[in-house]
Amino acid sequence: MPRGKIKLENYVESLSILEPNGNVDAKLDPKISDKDLLKLFRAMLLGRRYDERMLRLQRQGRIGTYGPALGQEAASLGPAFAMRQDDWFVPSFREPSAMIYRGWPIEKLMLWWGGNEEGASPPEGLRDLPICVPVASQVQYGAGIAWGCKLRKEDHVCVTFVGDGGTSEGDFHEGLNCAATFGAPMVLIVQNNHWAISLPRDKQTVSQTLAQKAIAYGINGIQVDGNDILAMVVATREAIDKAREGEGPTLIEAVTYRLGVHTTADDPKKYRSEEEVEHWKPKDPLARFWKYMKKKGLLDEKSRDALEEEISAEISAAVARAEAFKPDLTEPFYHCFEEMPNHLRAQYAEFQAYLDSAGMSESNSGAEDQQLSRNIEAY
Amino acid sequence: MAQMNMAKALNLALREALDEDESTMIMGQDVGQDEGVFRITEGLLKDFGPDRVVDFPVAESAIVGLAIGLCCTGLKPICEMQFSGFGYHGFHQIESHASRFRNRTRGRFTCPMVVRMPYGGGIRAIEHHSESREAIWAHLPGLKVVIPSGPRNARALLRASIFDPDPVMFYEPKACYRAFKEEVPDKPETLEIGKAEIVREGRDVTIISYGASMRLVLEAADELEDEHDIDAELIDLLSLVPMDTELIMESVRKTGRCVVVHEAPRNCGPAAEIISRIVEDSLLYLEAPIERVTGYDLVLPFFNIERPYMPDAQKVVTAARKVVSF
Repeated sequence: MPRGKIKLENYVESLSILEPNGNVDAKLDPKISDKDLLKLFRAMLLGRRYDERMLRLQRQGRIGTYGPALGQEAASLGPAFAMRQDDWFVPSFREPSAMIYRGWPIEKLMLWWGGNEEGASPPEGLRDLPICVPVASQVQYGAGIAWGCKLRKEDHVCVTFVGDGGTSEGDFHEGLNCAATFGAPMVLIVQNNHWAISLPRDKQTVSQTLAQKAIAYGINGIQVDGNDILAMVVATREAIDKAREGEGPTLIEAVTYRLGVHTTADDPKKYRSEEEVEHWKPKDPLARFWKYMKKKGLLDEKSRDALEEEISAEISAAVARAEAFKPDLTEPFYHCFEEMPNHLRAQYAEFQAYLDSAGMSESNSGAEDQQLSRNIEAY
Repeated sequence: MAQMNMAKALNLALREALDEDESTMIMGQDVGQDEGVFRITEGLLKDFGPDRVVDFPVAESAIVGLAIGLCCTGLKPICEMQFSGFGYHGFHQIESHASRFRNRTRGRFTCPMVVRMPYGGGIRAIEHHSESREAIWAHLPGLKVVIPSGPRNARALLRASIFDPDPVMFYEPKACYRAFKEEVPDKPETLEIGKAEIVREGRDVTIISYGASMRLVLEAADELEDEHDIDAELIDLLSLVPMDTELIMESVRKTGRCVVVHEAPRNCGPAAEIISRIVEDSLLYLEAPIERVTGYDLVLPFFNIERPYMPDAQKVVTAARKVVSF
């Protein structure tokens, strides 16, 4: 066989609709109803204010380490809007706007970051998985969920999130390759926020884009302005439609920027320049969305202020509920296996005796009655 | 009743499960068209189709990782790792997710999956094909670890594992796949996971083992009786997690002496846990220090010199005589 060239269809699409100045490309405008736009704007503002409040709570020692999603709200909110409520949602950990939008009580997220498993228990009625810490590992069960929908002949899709750092993990490769191989209806969104703690995107991979990795798996890939809520809605909607029609997975690279810290445990000044952060600030998804809403006449300063007040009260109420939560100290024993085996029964008795002797039993009584309602209101 | 070897018995259990419960499915490398490298999945692709018996890409981590997702949608995947030595790719997904999904989601999502892993030496296999690393899985909270020793209990335990609501690491002693046959009942049979069995009653010493080592322990018991007048009681654990501590105590309190046998390395191995429990619970019943016959704390050598590195009947006889004559 002589030396030759194998021609590949090697391109990825790119998409941007809403400019930083609030102008919109009329041809690409998804024409979302005013009602939905207001709902989306409220959700983005809520996500932002939630993040800010969480940072304050962390500084005050009222929750543990926190990983904010500051500046990345559109990248998860657009997909959440494009999904059906009965689709599957598999987050990483920088998707609070989307989780709250889908129906996670805010206090659940606060409980998770506050060190309670209660915050990892998805509300009944939602096909949502909890926050996932081991980087990219969720791509695998996301692919499995999508494949399961196909095998069960259900028309749900699974929208899964991962970060730019996650694309270097074996789990990313195995999950996406298998999803493609099985034609699983998965939409994988890479939130490329340019930094994996201290490692910049260009040291993560020499690939020109992250979206082009789709080519290797034989699936669709698209690079989207991840700070553009309209583009994120459109790209995810198209990918979901394809997945539901049996056309398999899509890889969406959402180009965004982590305006804040990786988590409250690091100081970005150590590894990136202020100039870079300043460069990204005008592209802020919330500022952009606000300009758009204002231009459209859907919001003005007065109505926005009213919204701010409403949201602030909502978050405060959630903080109060989260801080009133009293964990049942013995609950882990009940969730290791469906039935407690003998060796755990023995350890449970040992633990109870310890609680008794340490005077902790009494304070634990009644905790089980305070479990948060796992039901959510209709969407 | 039919006579069959362990390979056939496992195949029977898989067939029965696929037949009875539409949510069950098999996934692994070469489990379909090739019917598994050990032929455990013989005939299943033909009878149940490619959606239920899935030839999976060569990605052990994804076999387990995707299985976790399948569980979320209500399916019951039965995963095959071609050899336990390749199962470490799946370790991350098992430790990070399968073993703890129930706990972290407070029971909302669970992983009723089985990971079948052929393990152990004695089949002249190449490097990485002969280890016994069951203790690794036994150390992880949230997993059950089941190890059959013969055709009949293999079929009954695999059935129990498939229908168990929690993830089960099912260690198959591959040296036993075709080593011998047993009567296996026509109707499906289930054994309770976590119950050990006394396979031979005796007065003088309790010998505790499981999996492939049960064969040599039985051989040793005959020799102990015939040549040394020692009446050994044999316990087949069948499950490391949960472990039937009650039966162990009952037997050790009766005999006052004990030998624990396994192929796995000694350091922090199953015997260490078994002996700890005996010491905590029944120390004052002991007439002699407990002996361990185990693998050495070494990588099992290539097969050409593997035999002397594994437990054998002679090592068990020596240990039992030492314990009895203390």
